[in-house]
Amino acid sequence: MVLDRLRRGGGGKDPKKIPDGLWVKCPGCTKTVFKRLVEERLDTCPECGHHFTMTAERRVEALMDAGSWKEIDHGLTSSDPLGFVDSKAYPARIAQSQAKTGMKDAVITGHGTMNGIKSHLGVMDFRFNGGSMGSVVGEKLTRVIEAATATKQPVVIVSSSGGARMQEGVISLMQMTKTSAALARHSEANLPYISVLTNPTMAGVMASFASLGDVIIAEPKALIGFTGARVIKNTIKQELPEGFQTSEFCMEHGQVDLIVPRQEMKSELSRILRYLAPQAVG
Amino acid sequence: MSNPFDFMDHLLELESKIEELQNLSGQTGLDMSEEVRSLRDKLQSETRRTFDGLNAWQRVQLSRHPLRPQTSDYIDHMVEDFVPLAGDRAFAEDYAIICGLGRIEDIPCMIIGQQKGKDVHERRRCNFGSPHPEGYRKAMLKMRVAEKFHLPIVTLINTPGAYPGIGAEERGQSIAIAENIRDMAALRTPVVSVVIGEGGSGGALGIGVGDRILILENSYYSVISPEGCAAILWKDGSKAPDAAERLRLTAQALHELGIADEVVQEPAGGAHRQGELMSRQLGAVVARHLRELLAMSEAELRDARYAKYRAIGQWQE
Repeated sequence: MVLDRLRRGGGGKDPKKIPDGLWVKCPGCTKTVFKRLVEERLDTCPECGHHFTMTAERRVEALMDAGSWKEIDHGLTSSDPLGFVDSKAYPARIAQSQAKTGMKDAVITGHGTMNGIKSHLGVMDFRFNGGSMGSVVGEKLTRVIEAATATKQPVVIVSSSGGARMQEGVISLMQMTKTSAALARHSEANLPYISVLTNPTMAGVMASFASLGDVIIAEPKALIGFTGARVIKNTIKQELPEGFQTSEFCMEHGQVDLIVPRQEMKSELSRILRYLAPQAVG
Repeated sequence: MSNPFDFMDHLLELESKIEELQNLSGQTGLDMSEEVRSLRDKLQSETRRTFDGLNAWQRVQLSRHPLRPQTSDYIDHMVEDFVPLAGDRAFAEDYAIICGLGRIEDIPCMIIGQQKGKDVHERRRCNFGSPHPEGYRKAMLKMRVAEKFHLPIVTLINTPGAYPGIGAEERGQSIAIAENIRDMAALRTPVVSVVIGEGGSGGALGIGVGDRILILENSYYSVISPEGCAAILWKDGSKAPDAAERLRLTAQALHELGIADEVVQEPAGGAHRQGELMSRQLGAVVARHLRELLAMSEAELRDARYAKYRAIGQWQE
């Protein structure tokens, strides 16, 4: 439901990848802008600051120090526990996402340094099946959290997801518990977790690990919430307020600590981690 | 829409025939006990045959039956000496979740259950069983009380989902559910969670992180409602029966998938036919699990709970 709205580009946000070519039309200001400038600004519009959808790979590059990144658990791929078929069989859907993104599933995990601070990191990619969380996403995130706990390092997770992955049914739902339980242990060890919310972070992902940061940071104008706007509208039969379920809405309602533009994210994360994880400063 | 319970029509017909015969016998003085007995046998075998053969969608219908026992019914018939405890101490009382102290087969515990409401007034007050953030926060607050005083917790799940509304989003529906999941995972006291009706996604999970997950025979637990799933996949909510089948959301499927620890049998004809018997049956099962869990040390309990959820998922590597 959430995904539908996003695919149609609701709320002025368009998660579509920047098309190939020299120029790109910004969905924020509708101006045609030079693509290389957009890329140099970490996939944000040089005119209006609109944040384009960022691939997980580029996000890792943007956050971790050059040459420090070690990916872990790269090889995990979905099986098909329910034998789920809709217009397409689930394995075919996964193969399609893999071909489109070059990723095995919707998250990359690993560790490295962030301005010299040793940290574990998980980054979701919305292009892969709407960033949905099934077994692979749940398992990889749980492993990266556990690895952070074991090495006494902080963990940062950058979320971008429509929620739990329908095609794995209740097994997807239980990944919410698995990841949250790992975070409970990480927290009991007094180790920091910073959650970064990007467009969009909704439903089962927002209702589990994405909401559990010691510090929660949102990118500007990201769509963040539990229930998709269309479902709410259909239920309550009234119009939703302007800016409903945006980062700014969440800030106003006390749900996030900070709104940080993408270009400042790495410096802001490391500034916070120097306070919360001085032992990880190399 | 047609009668969602039409698969039980022939059983109701048989029942009314038996009643008719009995009335006739009473009026005329004729001995019809033979006929009545044979019809009763037939009703019994037909009921079993019908219920054994129910498809996923029919079970979803039963899980939503208006007369299906709710948390308040279980409190009346499964729990003794119940002391209701209200309030999240912050925003409002949420009637969609009932909390309180009580005894199940002499085991003192904290009971937390979702409530849909028994009549129009209560249903509205309960938002038809869809809790707001304050409901989840109240539940966690009462679970903390239980933990502090070494009482086990029993949660009864019955929600179509957490409430989808403006206020719920403003007050952090996702955060409330997420924090409950995390904090339940780390509780230092036993938790038995029972899906007594609808196990609607994150709204169910928000009180659902048990050491044991039990599910009544005609309940379901799913990542998304069959209607929601059908709307997304086929842009057609009327394909919900098909979605119900594919989501593998029935009690039996959940047991096979290793999510539900035990399927609790319902009385013949479904829990709504014999609510008190259902309560007694469930009480015995819950008490058995509570006793097992109470025999474990705190460390064993927490390690086992972590391992239980840690093991869920399937992938290739």
